[in-house]
Amino acid sequence: MSNKRMVSFRLNGQDTDVVVEPRELLIHTLRERCAHTGPHIGCETSHCGACTVDMNGTSVKSCTILTVQAEGAELLTIEGLARGGTLHALQEGFMQEHGLQCGFCTPGMITRAYRLLQENPNPTDDEVRYWIAGNLCRCTGYQNIVKAVQYAARKLRGATP
Amino acid sequence: MIPRPFEYHAPTSVEAALALLATHGSEAKLLAGGHSLLPMMKLRFAAPAHLIDLNRIDTLKGIRLEGNTIHIGAMTCENDLIWSPVLADHCPLLVETACLISDPQVRYRGTIGGDISHADPGNDHPAVMLCLGASFVLQGRGAERVVAADGFFQGMYTTAMESEEILTEIRIPIPPKKSGYCYAKLKRKTGDFATAAAAVLLELEGDTVADVSIALTNVGPTALQATDAESYLRKRPLTDGAIVEAARLAMQICDPVEDLRGSVEYKRAMAGEMTQRALRTAAARAGR
Repeated sequence: MSNKRMVSFRLNGQDTDVVVEPRELLIHTLRERCAHTGPHIGCETSHCGACTVDMNGTSVKSCTILTVQAEGAELLTIEGLARGGTLHALQEGFMQEHGLQCGFCTPGMITRAYRLLQENPNPTDDEVRYWIAGNLCRCTGYQNIVKAVQYAARKLRGATP
Repeated sequence: MIPRPFEYHAPTSVEAALALLATHGSEAKLLAGGHSLLPMMKLRFAAPAHLIDLNRIDTLKGIRLEGNTIHIGAMTCENDLIWSPVLADHCPLLVETACLISDPQVRYRGTIGGDISHADPGNDHPAVMLCLGASFVLQGRGAERVVAADGFFQGMYTTAMESEEILTEIRIPIPPKKSGYCYAKLKRKTGDFATAAAAVLLELEGDTVADVSIALTNVGPTALQATDAESYLRKRPLTDGAIVEAARLAMQICDPVEDLRGSVEYKRAMAGEMTQRALRTAAARAGR
C-alpha cells in the first residue's frame, strides 16, 4: 500500500518502529507485529476492555485506537509489568486472591488496575469497582478481582498485603 | 473488524485542520476521541477517504474561567472534566454528567466537543448544554461564529455546524452559586447509552421556584428542552404535586424509538421518572 507510514513509539521501555497502513488498529500492531499477545481481542467494539493498554499515562482500549495515533507514545502492556522475573504486585495479587479463572480478561484488568492505583493508591472497594468498570470478566463475579487490586494497593503502599 | 483504507492527517493547528477540511470537503471526517467514529468505520457504516485527527492540536484542550463564563476546549476529554477544579467549583452538573458517561477508558479518549458535534440522541452533553444555556464556537476559514446550544441540535446526527467548520470551544455561563443541579440517568449497565436521562438546574427562593431549566436525553431525535415543564414550575412552590405535574409535561414532549432498552411507553415513563428524581435531587442541593 502506498500510504503506509512509519510509526515510532516506546513499548515497555523499548524504542519500537512499525510500518503500517493508517487503518491498522493498535491491538493488531501489538499482537501481530510486536508479538505482544498479552492484550487480548475480546469484543473488538470497545466494550470489554480485554485489549486495554496504557498509553501516555492513560488506559485505552487498543481496539479503538489507530496505530498512527500512537506516534511518539509511551506504551505499557502486561508484558512490561514484571521486572527481572519478579511479578508486579498486581500480578501477585491476582494470583494470591484468585482474581482470575479463565484468564482472558486478566491482562486488560491488570493493566487498567495499574493506572487506577497510580492515580488513587488507596481506593475504597467501591472506587475500585467504579474505575475498573470498563473491563468485563465473565468468570469471577469481580469480588476476587477487587480483593486482588486491594492486595496490590496495600503492597505498593508498603503495608502488609 | 478493520476500517476501509483512508488517508490520515494529524494537523497541529486549527488553521491547518481547516485547510485540510477545505481541500478534502465531504470526503473528510474530523476525528476527536474516536469512540463513535472508529467503531462506525470498523463496521463500515462510515468510510471517509480522509481522516483529520484533532488530537495533536493543543489549543483545543483545557478548561478556564473568563469573567462569568467557563471556556472548555472542544478536545477536552471526559476524564479531564471529572477532575477539573474549575468545574467542581462552578459547574458540578458537568462533572456529574461526565462521571455517568461510558467507562474509564472511553472517558480518557472521548471529548466534550466530539460528543456535542456527533449529536447522537444518546449522547449526554447535548441535553446538559441545553440545560446550562451553553454556546459553541464554530471556526471556519477566516470566520468564527458563536451559536447557542438552543437550536444547534437539528436532528439525529445533525447540527447547525457547516461541513467546513470545526467546533473549537464550549462556553458555559456560570450557574448561580446557590442553584441546585442534577443529571439523573437511567442506564442498563456501565457503558450503555441512557434509556432516558434528565438534566436539571434549579434556583429556589424559599420553597418557590425562581428559575428552572430541564433537558432530556435519548427520548427524541435530539436532546429536548422541556419548556412547558419549566414554565409550569416557575414562581410555583416546588411541592410533590408540582414535581409530578412537571414530569408529566416533560413526558408529553418525548418521542422515543422502541429498541432493546425498552418500548416507547417505558422510555417515556422513565423520562418522567428521571425528571422527578433530578428535580428532587436538585432541590435538596439548592441553597435557599
